[in-house]
Amino acid sequence: MRISPDELVIWRHGFFVLNSTIVTTWTLMLVMVVGAKLITRKIKVEGVISRWQGVLEIVVTSIQKQIEDVGLRHPKKYLSFIGTLFVFIAFANLCTILPWYDPPTGSLSTTAALAICVFVAVPIFGIAQQGLGGYLRSYVQPTFIMLPFNIISQVSRTLALAIRLFGNTMSAAMIIGILLTITPLFFPIFMNLLGLLTGMVQAYIFSILATVYIAAATRSSEV
Amino acid sequence: MDSMTLIATASIITAGLTIGLGSIAPALGEGKAVSTALSSLAQQPDASSTITRTLFVGLAMIESIAIYCFVVSMILIFANPFWNHVIAQTSGK
Repeated sequence: MRISPDELVIWRHGFFVLNSTIVTTWTLMLVMVVGAKLITRKIKVEGVISRWQGVLEIVVTSIQKQIEDVGLRHPKKYLSFIGTLFVFIAFANLCTILPWYDPPTGSLSTTAALAICVFVAVPIFGIAQQGLGGYLRSYVQPTFIMLPFNIISQVSRTLALAIRLFGNTMSAAMIIGILLTITPLFFPIFMNLLGLLTGMVQAYIFSILATVYIAAATRSSEV
Repeated sequence: MDSMTLIATASIITAGLTIGLGSIAPALGEGKAVSTALSSLAQQPDASSTITRTLFVGLAMIESIAIYCFVVSMILIFANPFWNHVIAQTSGK
């Protein structure tokens, strides 16, 4: 039984391997970029806007409001990064409703890559907001003894992000696969619905946790 | 009992025990979290968006413990390195 879409190799040339994860990820990216470009071709500021532009506006403004609610001032600076995380993971998990689709988030490579993006982005945003000294000083808050624990918590948070998303998506796909061999009529449909729900929730959780980590890194100590 | 049987037996029993015992505590914790969130929602309904968001974040953190147990169990069943090593040895002979 295939545990991850990494194992399905579509094309191989020596060292370069094109597996299902890469093909699916790039297809998703292509669909999202082309779709967004098509929708915002004739973007209108006033008057009656088209339906698809309204959908995109809802998505963008609600993500911005969530970022603001978590406590990050100037949400526009972080909107592109956090919005991309949410939209990519949500779209990747939502497309499981299509037949013959393997979600790329069910592969540890994709989720590890996303978690490493967050791991790199948190110091970048922290240093941009507070300067190098201010950011490094946050590692020794509240006392100097907390330094190793703070460093360990950074690494373990990244690991937890990757494994949480991978575990949820992989388990949804695997449960449906196992159930199809046992009771193939109605029960797999409910598990598919549950998988869709957890996919959406996990996309929200991933982006909210990324927002919380960035907020913790950029929060100035006087507040 | 030769090593192949031993590895298979240990993997199977451990996989079952891991996911069985490992989901008890997260389930209890999630139940407690949701019940506290419901009672605080009843006390302050206008903070419902904050409470709901914090509840979901907390539930995800608790859930990840159960997910770790599930991943270990899946590795033991489907991607077991000890089993693969022993199979490679016996098929190589």
